[in-house]
Amino acid sequence: MSTPVIGVLALQGDVREHLIALAEADALARPVRRVEELAEVDALVIPGGESTTMSKLALLFGVMGPLRERVAAGMPVYGTCAGMIMLADKILDGREDQETVGGIDMTVRRNAFGRQNESFESGVAFEGLDEAPVHGVFIRAPWVEAVGAGVQVLAELPAADGPDSRIVAVRQGNLLATSFHPELTGDHRVHAYFVRMVEEHLAAA
Amino acid sequence: MSTTPTTADQPQIGTARVKRGMAEQLKGGVIMDVVNAEQAKIAEDAGAVAVMALERVPADIRKDGGVARMSDPNMIEEIIAAVSIPVMAKSRIGHFVEAQVLQSLGVDYIDESEVLTPADEVNHSDKFAFTTPFVCGATNLGEALRRIAEGAAMIRSKGEAGTGNVVEAVRHLRQIKNEIAKLRGFDNNELYAAAKELRAPYELVKEVAELGKLPVVLFSAGGVATPADAALMRQLGAEGVFVGSGIFKSGDPAKRAAAIVKATTFFDDPKIIADASRNLGEAMVGINCDTLPETERYANRGW
Repeated sequence: MSTPVIGVLALQGDVREHLIALAEADALARPVRRVEELAEVDALVIPGGESTTMSKLALLFGVMGPLRERVAAGMPVYGTCAGMIMLADKILDGREDQETVGGIDMTVRRNAFGRQNESFESGVAFEGLDEAPVHGVFIRAPWVEAVGAGVQVLAELPAADGPDSRIVAVRQGNLLATSFHPELTGDHRVHAYFVRMVEEHLAAA
Repeated sequence: MSTTPTTADQPQIGTARVKRGMAEQLKGGVIMDVVNAEQAKIAEDAGAVAVMALERVPADIRKDGGVARMSDPNMIEEIIAAVSIPVMAKSRIGHFVEAQVLQSLGVDYIDESEVLTPADEVNHSDKFAFTTPFVCGATNLGEALRRIAEGAAMIRSKGEAGTGNVVEAVRHLRQIKNEIAKLRGFDNNELYAAAKELRAPYELVKEVAELGKLPVVLFSAGGVATPADAALMRQLGAEGVFVGSGIFKSGDPAKRAAAIVKATTFFDDPKIIADASRNLGEAMVGINCDTLPETERYANRGW
Protein backbone atom coordinates (compact mmCIF):
# COMPACT_ATOMS: atom_id res chain seq x y z
CA MET A 1 0.00 0.00 0.00
CA SER A 2 1.29 3.45 -0.83
CA THR A 3 2.07 5.95 1.92
CA PRO A 4 -0.97 8.08 2.76
CA VAL A 5 -0.79 11.80 1.94
CA ILE A 6 -2.03 13.81 4.91
CA GLY A 7 -2.55 17.56 4.74
CA VAL A 8 -2.34 20.02 7.60
CA LEU A 9 -4.77 22.93 7.32
CA ALA A 10 -2.29 25.81 7.20
CA LEU A 11 -4.47 28.90 7.52
CA GLN A 12 -3.06 29.61 10.98
CA GLY A 13 -1.69 27.72 13.99
CA ASP A 14 0.98 25.14 14.90
CA VAL A 15 1.19 23.67 11.41
CA ARG A 16 4.92 22.95 11.46
CA GLU A 17 4.70 20.71 14.55
CA HIS A 18 1.95 18.61 12.95
CA LEU A 19 3.90 18.25 9.70
CA ILE A 20 6.87 16.94 11.71
CA ALA A 21 4.72 14.58 13.83
CA LEU A 22 2.98 13.14 10.75
CA ALA A 23 6.28 12.61 8.94
CA GLU A 24 7.61 10.78 11.99
CA ALA A 25 4.46 8.64 11.97
CA ASP A 26 5.37 7.63 8.38
CA ALA A 27 2.85 9.70 6.44
CA LEU A 28 3.57 12.14 3.62
CA ALA A 29 2.63 15.45 5.18
CA ARG A 30 1.97 18.73 3.39
CA PRO A 31 0.38 22.08 4.22
CA VAL A 32 -3.09 22.81 2.79
CA ARG A 33 -4.33 26.38 2.37
CA ARG A 34 -6.21 26.23 -0.91
CA VAL A 35 -9.12 24.22 -2.31
CA GLU A 36 -6.84 22.66 -4.97
CA GLU A 37 -4.44 21.50 -2.27
CA LEU A 38 -7.29 19.97 -0.29
CA ALA A 39 -8.26 17.90 -3.32
CA GLU A 40 -4.82 16.29 -3.39
CA VAL A 41 -4.73 14.83 0.13
CA ASP A 42 -6.14 11.57 1.51
CA ALA A 43 -6.76 13.01 4.95
CA LEU A 44 -6.38 16.21 6.92
CA VAL A 45 -5.19 17.49 10.29
CA ILE A 46 -6.73 20.69 11.63
CA PRO A 47 -4.06 22.09 13.96
CA GLY A 48 -4.18 24.09 17.14
CA GLY A 49 -4.56 27.84 16.77
CA GLU A 50 -7.35 30.37 17.11
CA SER A 51 -10.59 28.77 15.96
CA THR A 52 -12.18 32.17 15.24
CA THR A 53 -9.33 33.13 12.90
CA MET A 54 -9.25 29.72 11.22
CA SER A 55 -13.00 29.67 10.69
CA LYS A 56 -12.98 33.18 9.23
CA LEU A 57 -10.14 32.43 6.81
CA ALA A 58 -11.69 29.10 5.78
CA LEU A 59 -14.90 30.91 4.82
CA LEU A 60 -13.10 33.83 3.18
CA PHE A 61 -10.98 31.65 0.92
CA GLY A 62 -13.73 29.16 0.07
CA VAL A 63 -12.18 26.19 1.89
CA MET A 64 -15.06 25.65 4.32
CA GLY A 65 -17.56 24.27 1.77
CA PRO A 66 -15.20 21.80 0.09
CA LEU A 67 -13.92 20.72 3.51
CA ARG A 68 -17.46 19.94 4.68
CA GLU A 69 -18.04 17.97 1.46
CA ARG A 70 -14.87 15.91 1.99
CA VAL A 71 -15.84 15.22 5.61
CA ALA A 72 -19.32 14.13 4.51
CA ALA A 73 -17.70 11.85 1.90
CA GLY A 74 -15.69 10.12 4.63
CA MET A 75 -12.27 11.77 4.52
CA PRO A 76 -10.40 11.10 7.80
CA VAL A 77 -9.73 14.29 9.77
CA TYR A 78 -7.91 14.80 13.07
CA GLY A 79 -8.39 18.06 14.99
CA THR A 80 -6.35 19.26 17.98
CA CYS A 81 -7.63 22.01 20.27
CA ALA A 82 -8.92 24.63 17.77
CA GLY A 83 -9.18 21.69 15.36
CA MET A 84 -11.49 19.91 17.82
CA ILE A 85 -13.70 23.02 17.87
CA MET A 86 -13.74 23.04 14.07
CA LEU A 87 -14.98 19.41 14.01
CA ALA A 88 -17.77 19.98 16.53
CA ASP A 89 -21.39 20.09 15.39
CA LYS A 90 -22.11 22.51 18.26
CA ILE A 91 -19.92 24.95 20.20
CA LEU A 92 -20.41 26.92 23.41
CA ASP A 93 -18.66 30.17 24.34
CA GLY A 94 -17.70 30.77 20.73
CA ARG A 95 -18.49 33.91 18.81
CA GLU A 96 -22.17 34.07 17.87
CA ASP A 97 -21.39 33.92 14.17
CA GLN A 98 -18.61 31.34 14.45
CA GLU A 99 -18.99 28.53 11.91
CA THR A 100 -17.43 25.10 12.19
CA VAL A 101 -16.76 22.33 9.70
CA GLY A 102 -18.69 19.96 11.95
CA GLY A 103 -18.94 16.20 11.53
CA ILE A 104 -18.64 14.96 15.10
CA ASP A 105 -21.93 14.82 16.97
CA MET A 106 -20.66 16.66 20.04
CA THR A 107 -20.91 19.93 21.92
CA VAL A 108 -17.52 21.53 22.63
CA ARG A 109 -16.97 24.35 25.09
CA ARG A 110 -14.26 26.80 23.97
CA ASN A 111 -11.49 27.70 26.46
CA ALA A 112 -13.32 25.49 28.96
CA PHE A 113 -10.22 24.77 31.04
CA GLY A 114 -9.61 28.51 31.43
CA ARG A 115 -7.24 31.19 30.24
CA GLN A 116 -3.49 30.83 29.70
CA ASN A 117 -2.70 30.95 33.43
CA GLU A 118 -4.74 27.74 33.81
CA SER A 119 -3.07 26.00 30.83
CA PHE A 120 -1.46 22.76 32.00
CA GLU A 121 0.18 19.47 31.09
CA SER A 122 -0.92 16.13 32.44
CA GLY A 123 -0.80 12.40 31.72
CA VAL A 124 -3.90 11.20 29.86
CA ALA A 125 -5.05 7.56 29.60
CA PHE A 126 -5.96 7.15 25.92
CA GLU A 127 -8.08 4.18 24.85
CA GLY A 128 -6.25 2.16 22.23
CA LEU A 129 -2.83 3.45 23.29
CA ASP A 130 -2.63 1.32 26.39
CA GLU A 131 1.11 0.86 26.92
CA ALA A 132 1.49 4.22 28.67
CA PRO A 133 -0.55 7.40 29.15
CA VAL A 134 -0.06 10.04 26.49
CA HIS A 135 1.26 13.37 27.66
CA GLY A 136 -1.46 15.98 27.25
CA VAL A 137 -0.56 19.64 26.75
CA PHE A 138 -3.71 21.71 27.30
CA ILE A 139 -3.49 25.35 26.17
CA ARG A 140 -6.60 27.50 26.74
CA ALA A 141 -8.12 24.16 25.90
CA PRO A 142 -11.70 23.20 25.10
CA TRP A 143 -13.49 20.15 26.48
CA VAL A 144 -16.34 18.07 25.12
CA GLU A 145 -19.48 18.81 27.06
CA ALA A 146 -21.81 16.28 25.43
CA VAL A 147 -21.57 13.55 22.81
CA GLY A 148 -24.14 11.78 20.63
CA ALA A 149 -24.64 8.01 20.57
CA GLY A 150 -22.28 7.41 17.67
CA VAL A 151 -19.29 9.05 19.35
CA GLN A 152 -16.63 6.99 21.07
CA VAL A 153 -14.94 8.66 24.06
CA LEU A 154 -11.19 7.91 23.98
CA ALA A 155 -9.94 9.95 26.93
CA GLU A 156 -11.24 11.78 29.97
CA LEU A 157 -9.65 13.82 32.75
CA PRO A 158 -10.97 14.08 36.29
CA ALA A 159 -12.58 17.50 36.80
CA ALA A 160 -10.66 19.82 39.10
CA ASP A 161 -13.79 20.92 40.95
CA GLY A 162 -15.91 17.83 41.48
CA PRO A 163 -16.55 14.14 40.86
CA ASP A 164 -17.23 14.57 37.13
CA SER A 165 -14.75 13.95 34.41
CA ARG A 166 -14.08 15.99 31.29
CA ILE A 167 -13.99 14.38 27.86
CA VAL A 168 -10.77 15.36 26.08
CA ALA A 169 -10.53 12.91 23.15
CA VAL A 170 -13.23 11.45 20.89
CA ARG A 171 -13.69 9.54 17.69
CA GLN A 172 -16.65 9.22 15.38
CA GLY A 173 -16.05 7.11 12.28
CA ASN A 174 -13.12 8.68 10.44
CA LEU A 175 -13.02 11.80 12.58
CA LEU A 176 -10.69 12.12 15.58
CA ALA A 177 -10.38 15.06 17.98
CA THR A 178 -8.31 15.89 21.08
CA SER A 179 -8.46 18.91 23.41
CA PHE A 180 -4.70 18.64 23.82
CA HIS A 181 -1.63 18.96 21.59
CA PRO A 182 0.31 15.70 21.03
CA GLU A 183 2.28 17.60 18.34
CA LEU A 184 4.06 19.57 21.09
CA THR A 185 5.42 16.57 22.99
CA GLY A 186 7.61 14.50 20.68
CA ASP A 187 5.39 11.46 21.48
CA HIS A 188 3.78 10.72 18.12
CA ARG A 189 1.53 7.82 19.13
CA VAL A 190 -1.72 9.76 18.61
CA HIS A 191 -0.52 10.79 15.13
CA ALA A 192 0.42 7.16 14.43
CA TYR A 193 -3.10 6.15 15.60
CA PHE A 194 -4.55 8.64 13.09
CA VAL A 195 -2.25 7.42 10.29
CA ARG A 196 -3.57 3.87 10.96
CA MET A 197 -7.14 5.19 10.70
CA VAL A 198 -6.26 6.72 7.35
CA GLU A 199 -4.60 3.52 6.12
CA GLU A 200 -7.63 1.44 7.12
CA HIS A 201 -9.93 3.91 5.37
CA LEU A 202 -7.85 3.78 2.17
CA ALA A 203 -7.63 -0.02 2.27
CA ALA A 204 -11.41 -0.30 2.59
CA ALA A 205 -12.10 2.13 -0.27
CA MET B 1 10.61 21.85 21.12
CA SER B 2 11.72 19.32 23.69
CA THR B 3 11.38 15.71 22.65
CA THR B 4 11.38 14.18 26.12
CA PRO B 5 7.84 14.15 27.44
CA THR B 6 7.63 14.22 31.20
CA THR B 7 5.25 11.66 32.63
CA ALA B 8 3.95 13.49 35.67
CA ASP B 9 0.32 12.50 36.14
CA GLN B 10 -0.50 15.50 38.30
CA PRO B 11 -1.46 18.51 36.20
CA GLN B 12 1.27 21.14 36.07
CA ILE B 13 0.66 24.77 35.15
CA GLY B 14 3.10 27.44 33.99
CA THR B 15 5.60 25.01 32.45
CA ALA B 16 7.96 26.08 29.67
CA ARG B 17 6.09 23.80 27.29
CA VAL B 18 2.73 25.34 28.09
CA LYS B 19 4.16 28.88 27.81
CA ARG B 20 6.04 28.29 24.56
CA GLY B 21 3.22 26.11 23.24
CA MET B 22 0.79 29.00 23.61
CA ALA B 23 2.91 31.08 21.23
CA GLU B 24 3.04 28.14 18.78
CA GLN B 25 -0.76 28.40 18.53
CA LEU B 26 -0.49 32.06 17.45
CA LYS B 27 1.74 31.30 14.46
CA GLY B 28 0.64 32.55 11.07
CA GLY B 29 -1.51 35.13 12.81
CA VAL B 30 -1.77 38.84 13.49
CA ILE B 31 -1.76 40.37 16.99
CA MET B 32 -3.32 43.82 17.05
CA ASP B 33 -2.87 46.77 19.44
CA VAL B 34 -6.22 47.96 20.80
CA VAL B 35 -7.08 50.70 23.29
CA ASN B 36 -10.69 49.79 24.15
CA ALA B 37 -13.31 47.03 23.93
CA GLU B 38 -14.75 48.37 20.69
CA GLN B 39 -11.39 48.18 18.92
CA ALA B 40 -10.81 44.72 20.40
CA LYS B 41 -14.05 43.50 18.81
CA ILE B 42 -13.09 45.01 15.46
CA ALA B 43 -9.77 43.16 15.71
CA GLU B 44 -11.44 39.86 16.60
CA ASP B 45 -13.95 40.30 13.76
CA ALA B 46 -11.09 40.87 11.35
CA GLY B 47 -9.46 37.56 12.33
CA ALA B 48 -6.77 38.66 14.81
CA VAL B 49 -5.31 35.73 16.79
CA ALA B 50 -4.86 37.94 19.86
CA VAL B 51 -5.06 41.56 20.93
CA MET B 52 -2.59 43.72 22.84
CA ALA B 53 -4.46 45.87 25.34
CA LEU B 54 -2.84 49.26 25.93
CA GLU B 55 -3.91 52.77 26.80
CA ARG B 56 -2.23 54.54 23.92
CA VAL B 57 -0.88 53.06 20.70
CA PRO B 58 2.85 53.71 20.20
CA ALA B 59 2.22 56.55 17.70
CA ASP B 60 0.37 58.44 20.46
CA ILE B 61 2.98 57.57 23.09
CA ARG B 62 5.53 59.20 20.78
CA LYS B 63 3.35 62.25 20.26
CA ASP B 64 2.41 62.72 23.91
CA GLY B 65 5.86 62.14 25.42
CA GLY B 66 6.21 61.70 29.18
CA VAL B 67 6.45 58.39 31.04
CA ALA B 68 4.51 55.53 29.46
CA ARG B 69 3.30 52.90 31.97
CA MET B 70 1.17 49.78 32.29
CA SER B 71 -2.48 50.37 31.32
CA ASP B 72 -5.40 50.84 33.70
CA PRO B 73 -6.61 47.43 35.00
CA ASN B 74 -10.23 48.43 34.27
CA MET B 75 -9.46 48.93 30.63
CA ILE B 76 -7.61 45.59 30.42
CA GLU B 77 -10.51 43.78 32.12
CA GLU B 78 -13.04 45.36 29.75
CA ILE B 79 -11.06 44.10 26.81
CA ILE B 80 -10.72 40.62 28.34
CA ALA B 81 -14.51 40.56 28.80
CA ALA B 82 -15.18 41.80 25.26
CA VAL B 83 -13.38 39.13 23.21
CA SER B 84 -12.87 35.37 23.18
CA ILE B 85 -9.33 35.48 21.74
CA PRO B 86 -6.19 35.80 23.92
CA VAL B 87 -5.42 39.20 25.44
CA MET B 88 -1.86 40.44 25.95
CA ALA B 89 -0.73 43.53 27.88
CA LYS B 90 2.51 45.45 28.31
CA SER B 91 4.68 45.95 31.38
CA ARG B 92 7.68 48.27 31.54
CA ILE B 93 11.11 46.64 31.18
CA GLY B 94 12.20 45.43 34.62
CA HIS B 95 8.92 46.46 36.27
CA PHE B 96 8.09 43.05 37.72
CA VAL B 97 5.29 44.49 39.87
CA GLU B 98 3.42 45.69 36.79
CA ALA B 99 3.91 42.15 35.48
CA GLN B 100 2.52 40.70 38.73
CA VAL B 101 -0.54 42.93 38.36
CA LEU B 102 -1.05 41.84 34.75
CA GLN B 103 -0.80 38.18 35.77
CA SER B 104 -3.39 38.73 38.51
CA LEU B 105 -5.76 40.26 35.93
CA GLY B 106 -5.57 37.06 33.91
CA VAL B 107 -3.91 38.36 30.75
CA ASP B 108 -2.72 35.53 28.50
CA TYR B 109 0.71 36.98 27.63
CA ILE B 110 2.82 39.80 29.07
CA ASP B 111 4.87 41.94 26.70
CA GLU B 112 7.88 43.33 28.59
CA SER B 113 8.03 46.22 26.21
CA GLU B 114 10.47 48.92 25.21
CA VAL B 115 7.49 50.96 23.97
CA LEU B 116 6.82 51.81 27.62
CA THR B 117 9.43 53.78 29.58
CA PRO B 118 11.93 51.30 31.11
CA ALA B 119 11.75 50.96 34.90
CA ASP B 120 15.21 49.39 35.27
CA GLU B 121 18.28 50.31 33.21
CA VAL B 122 20.14 47.08 34.00
CA ASN B 123 17.71 44.24 34.67
CA HIS B 124 14.75 42.76 32.90
CA SER B 125 12.07 40.93 34.92
CA ASP B 126 12.71 37.32 35.99
CA LYS B 127 10.12 35.72 33.77
CA PHE B 128 10.46 32.25 35.34
CA ALA B 129 8.75 33.69 38.42
CA PHE B 130 5.43 33.90 36.54
CA THR B 131 2.76 31.47 35.33
CA THR B 132 1.83 33.92 32.58
CA PRO B 133 4.20 33.67 29.62
CA PHE B 134 6.24 36.64 28.37
CA VAL B 135 7.08 37.99 24.93
CA CYS B 136 10.13 40.26 24.65
CA GLY B 137 11.65 42.36 21.91
CA ALA B 138 15.09 41.79 20.38
CA THR B 139 17.19 43.56 17.78
CA ASN B 140 19.71 40.73 17.41
CA LEU B 141 20.34 37.09 18.34
CA GLY B 142 22.26 37.82 21.55
CA GLU B 143 19.46 39.98 22.88
CA ALA B 144 16.87 37.33 21.94
CA LEU B 145 18.83 34.61 23.77
CA ARG B 146 19.33 36.77 26.86
CA ARG B 147 15.57 37.26 27.04
CA ILE B 148 14.96 33.51 26.56
CA ALA B 149 17.51 32.83 29.32
CA GLU B 150 15.40 35.07 31.60
CA GLY B 151 12.33 32.98 30.73
CA ALA B 152 10.78 34.67 27.68
CA ALA B 153 8.55 32.18 25.83
CA MET B 154 8.24 34.20 22.62
CA ILE B 155 10.46 36.75 20.86
CA ARG B 156 9.52 39.61 18.57
CA SER B 157 11.59 42.12 16.66
CA LYS B 158 11.56 45.57 18.20
CA GLY B 159 11.12 47.51 15.01
CA GLU B 160 10.52 51.16 15.68
CA ALA B 161 7.01 51.10 17.09
CA GLY B 162 4.68 53.96 16.26
CA THR B 163 6.52 55.10 13.15
CA GLY B 164 4.64 53.17 10.47
CA ASN B 165 8.08 52.49 9.02
CA VAL B 166 9.05 48.84 8.64
CA VAL B 167 12.77 49.43 8.08
CA GLU B 168 13.88 48.69 11.65
CA ALA B 169 11.85 45.47 11.93
CA VAL B 170 13.44 44.32 8.67
CA ARG B 171 16.88 45.10 10.08
CA HIS B 172 16.20 43.15 13.30
CA LEU B 173 14.79 40.08 11.57
CA ARG B 174 17.60 39.97 9.01
CA GLN B 175 20.13 40.38 11.80
CA ILE B 176 18.65 37.50 13.85
CA LYS B 177 18.36 35.29 10.77
CA ASN B 178 21.92 36.00 9.62
CA GLU B 179 23.37 35.35 13.06
CA ILE B 180 21.53 32.02 13.26
CA ALA B 181 22.82 31.05 9.81
CA LYS B 182 26.35 31.91 10.94
CA LEU B 183 26.02 29.70 14.03
CA ARG B 184 24.93 26.80 11.82
CA GLY B 185 28.33 26.93 10.16
CA PHE B 186 30.31 26.82 13.42
CA ASP B 187 31.86 23.65 14.80
CA ASN B 188 31.56 22.79 18.51
CA ASN B 189 34.85 24.49 19.38
CA GLU B 190 33.65 27.77 17.96
CA LEU B 191 30.31 27.81 19.79
CA TYR B 192 31.92 28.71 23.12
CA ALA B 193 33.47 31.86 21.72
CA ALA B 194 30.23 32.59 19.87
CA ALA B 195 28.32 32.42 23.17
CA LYS B 196 30.78 34.84 24.71
CA GLU B 197 30.43 37.22 21.81
CA LEU B 198 26.63 36.99 21.87
CA ARG B 199 26.64 37.46 25.66
CA ALA B 200 24.24 34.51 25.87
CA PRO B 201 24.30 31.12 27.66
CA TYR B 202 26.30 28.45 25.81
CA GLU B 203 23.46 25.87 26.08
CA LEU B 204 21.04 28.17 24.27
CA VAL B 205 23.62 29.04 21.60
CA LYS B 206 24.23 25.33 21.00
CA GLU B 207 20.49 24.65 20.83
CA VAL B 208 20.02 27.39 18.20
CA ALA B 209 22.98 26.06 16.20
CA GLU B 210 21.36 22.62 16.15
CA LEU B 211 17.76 23.74 15.50
CA GLY B 212 18.62 26.43 12.95
CA LYS B 213 15.97 28.58 14.60
CA LEU B 214 15.16 30.11 17.97
CA PRO B 215 13.78 27.60 20.50
CA VAL B 216 10.70 29.84 20.81
CA VAL B 217 8.35 31.45 18.31
CA LEU B 218 9.64 34.59 16.53
CA PHE B 219 7.20 37.33 15.48
CA SER B 220 7.78 40.67 13.81
CA ALA B 221 6.78 43.90 15.54
CA GLY B 222 7.19 47.57 14.85
CA GLY B 223 6.25 49.61 11.82
CA VAL B 224 3.91 47.25 9.94
CA ALA B 225 1.28 49.44 8.23
CA THR B 226 0.18 47.56 5.09
CA PRO B 227 -0.65 43.99 3.97
CA ALA B 228 2.58 43.96 1.95
CA ASP B 229 4.56 44.96 5.07
CA ALA B 230 3.10 41.98 6.95
CA ALA B 231 3.85 39.59 4.08
CA LEU B 232 7.40 40.98 3.82
CA MET B 233 8.04 40.20 7.48
CA ARG B 234 6.75 36.66 7.02
CA GLN B 235 8.89 36.10 3.93
CA LEU B 236 11.85 37.28 5.98
CA GLY B 237 11.15 34.52 8.49
CA ALA B 238 8.74 36.00 11.05
CA GLU B 239 6.22 33.37 12.15
CA GLY B 240 3.54 36.01 12.65
CA VAL B 241 3.06 39.74 12.97
CA PHE B 242 2.24 42.30 15.64
CA VAL B 243 0.52 45.39 14.29
CA GLY B 244 0.44 48.40 16.57
CA SER B 245 -0.52 51.85 15.42
CA GLY B 246 -0.83 50.72 11.78
CA ILE B 247 -4.46 49.62 12.05
CA PHE B 248 -6.30 52.04 14.28
CA LYS B 249 -4.30 55.06 13.04
CA SER B 250 -5.44 54.36 9.48
CA GLY B 251 -8.51 55.52 7.56
CA ASP B 252 -10.55 52.28 7.65
CA PRO B 253 -9.33 50.08 10.54
CA ALA B 254 -11.75 47.15 10.05
CA LYS B 255 -10.87 46.79 6.39
CA ARG B 256 -7.15 47.24 6.91
CA ALA B 257 -7.13 44.75 9.78
CA ALA B 258 -8.85 42.06 7.68
CA ALA B 259 -6.51 42.78 4.78
CA ILE B 260 -3.40 42.37 6.94
CA VAL B 261 -4.75 39.05 8.28
CA LYS B 262 -5.22 37.75 4.72
CA ALA B 263 -1.75 38.86 3.63
CA THR B 264 -0.17 37.26 6.70
CA THR B 265 -1.66 33.84 5.88
CA PHE B 266 -1.00 34.07 2.12
CA PHE B 267 2.31 35.89 2.53
CA ASP B 268 3.81 34.09 -0.48
CA ASP B 269 0.94 34.79 -2.90
CA PRO B 270 1.32 38.25 -4.53
CA LYS B 271 -2.13 38.05 -6.15
CA ILE B 272 -3.86 37.68 -2.79
CA ILE B 273 -1.66 40.43 -1.31
CA ALA B 274 -2.58 42.67 -4.25
CA ASP B 275 -6.30 42.05 -3.69
CA ALA B 276 -5.91 42.66 0.01
CA SER B 277 -4.14 45.96 -0.71
CA ARG B 278 -6.92 47.49 -2.83
CA ASN B 279 -8.93 50.51 -1.62
CA LEU B 280 -7.80 50.43 1.97
CA GLY B 281 -7.97 54.20 2.36
CA GLU B 282 -5.28 56.20 4.10
CA ALA B 283 -2.41 54.31 5.75
CA MET B 284 -0.96 55.88 8.87
CA VAL B 285 1.28 58.78 7.93
CA GLY B 286 4.53 57.42 9.29
CA ILE B 287 7.87 58.79 10.43
CA ASN B 288 11.24 58.41 8.77
CA CYS B 289 13.43 56.54 11.23
CA ASP B 290 16.64 58.30 10.17
CA THR B 291 15.17 61.62 11.33
CA LEU B 292 14.38 60.20 14.79
CA PRO B 293 16.83 61.41 17.44
CA GLU B 294 18.68 58.59 19.24
CA THR B 295 16.88 59.43 22.48
CA GLU B 296 13.51 58.75 20.85
CA ARG B 297 14.48 55.34 19.48
CA TYR B 298 12.65 52.63 21.40
CA ALA B 299 14.81 49.86 19.94
CA ASN B 300 17.75 51.11 22.03
CA ARG B 301 15.83 50.30 25.21
CA GLY B 302 16.58 46.85 26.69
CA TRP B 303 19.93 45.39 27.59
